[in-house]
Amino acid sequence: MRPGFNYVTIRTLLAGNYPTYGSATSMTDALLEARELGCERDDRWLFRGLSFAVREGELVQIEGRNGAGKTTLLRMLAGLYWVQEGQVLWKGASREQQSVDFAEQLLFLGHRTGIKLSLTPRENLAFWCKLHGEAPESLQKEALRKVGLKGYETVPCHQLSAGQQRRAALARLFVSQATLWILDEAFTAIDRAGVSELEGWLSDQRSDGGAILLTTHHPIPAGLLDTRINLDELRA
Amino acid sequence: MNAVWQVIRRDVTLAMRSRQEVANPLIFFVLCASLFPLGVSPDADFLRPAAGGILWVSALLATLLSLDSLFRADLEDGALEQLVLTRHPFFVLVLGKVAAHWLLTGLPLILLSPLLGVMLFLPQDVIAVLMLTLLLGTPVLSLVGSVGAALTAGLRGAGVLLSLLVIPLYVPVLIFGTGAVEAAMQGMPYNGQLALMGGILLVSLVTAPFAAAAAVRISLSA
Repeated sequence: MRPGFNYVTIRTLLAGNYPTYGSATSMTDALLEARELGCERDDRWLFRGLSFAVREGELVQIEGRNGAGKTTLLRMLAGLYWVQEGQVLWKGASREQQSVDFAEQLLFLGHRTGIKLSLTPRENLAFWCKLHGEAPESLQKEALRKVGLKGYETVPCHQLSAGQQRRAALARLFVSQATLWILDEAFTAIDRAGVSELEGWLSDQRSDGGAILLTTHHPIPAGLLDTRINLDELRA
Repeated sequence: MNAVWQVIRRDVTLAMRSRQEVANPLIFFVLCASLFPLGVSPDADFLRPAAGGILWVSALLATLLSLDSLFRADLEDGALEQLVLTRHPFFVLVLGKVAAHWLLTGLPLILLSPLLGVMLFLPQDVIAVLMLTLLLGTPVLSLVGSVGAALTAGLRGAGVLLSLLVIPLYVPVLIFGTGAVEAAMQGMPYNGQLALMGGILLVSLVTAPFAAAAAVRISLSA
């Protein structure tokens, strides 16, 4: 539940009048930048004073025990959750000023994927493409093949396994032009072969100059990982 | 505009794959209206003057019944998050969802109403007026209801709360809708009521999608 109208809320409301400390020049190469982020739930700070930047070609992993606020942090960065304290900057300016660019450059995959169970993987992907920028049908077909759903394109998703449903959502990675991927629990329900495939896709995105921000309990290979943020250390 | 069309198409496709959910409010509408001849009186002298009110209240309750699922399913499986994160203004996509809701409940209710009108001894020319009021009124029910549905989408067992939020806002449409039918029945002009209903429709068309979009964002933040 949302906390009541306490001093955090009041500070958030007043945030517009706060002097903006440090001009945006310090980290101009950062795609997404978090400044002094704080999140309070049930009168407890999940994290506070959290600052970091995600640059092009970087993979950032958020770590923390269950309930540490990983999902909340990712939702806050994607703009789905209300920023209680601090700022989120996109390419050095506020997200609101460039909301269209932010929306076009962001691919967010939550642990609830938005796959409609009564639609087929092909229909799910086609609808997603229609709203998130067009992708030709051949590319969509290729994406479903890459995630291992060849032969299942026209089977309703409720007949697929949890891992296959997850893969149907992951097909978006191949049709999207987004530079920043935010993946929450990216490896859930994916089989062992799929995990190494997914690592390969993450690596490709990183070497193509894209940025990735993810949470997972799965160990990321050292060569792939650029920054690790541990929320447990930040608890106030 | 294309995005709105895509949302409408998706919601209609989804509804066609679980037809039970589309049929439920319609069955409710028919049952609710048929209880009055059984429960009060099958007499034409009672039913004819009451028919407009009976059909309007039944349509209102049937719409209310269908509202709860408007955003809930999309919230629970994460589809709503994906809609919020597109480059399209979110209220436009909400308008698409409301339009789909009207196509799946409001429109069938309008098409069913003459049948029930005949059952309740409504004269033919009054049935036409009733359909006209429903045509102007049911989009308002969907639009205003979407705000309530968006606010309660994240809550468990929100059915009663949704009714409490939305029914008071339905009162004006109900009054003018039944008023127009009443006036037509007595051979009086009813274009005043229709004009007011048209006004209510326009006001809710330009305000409700914004309110519902804001409410969805609140539901996502909970």
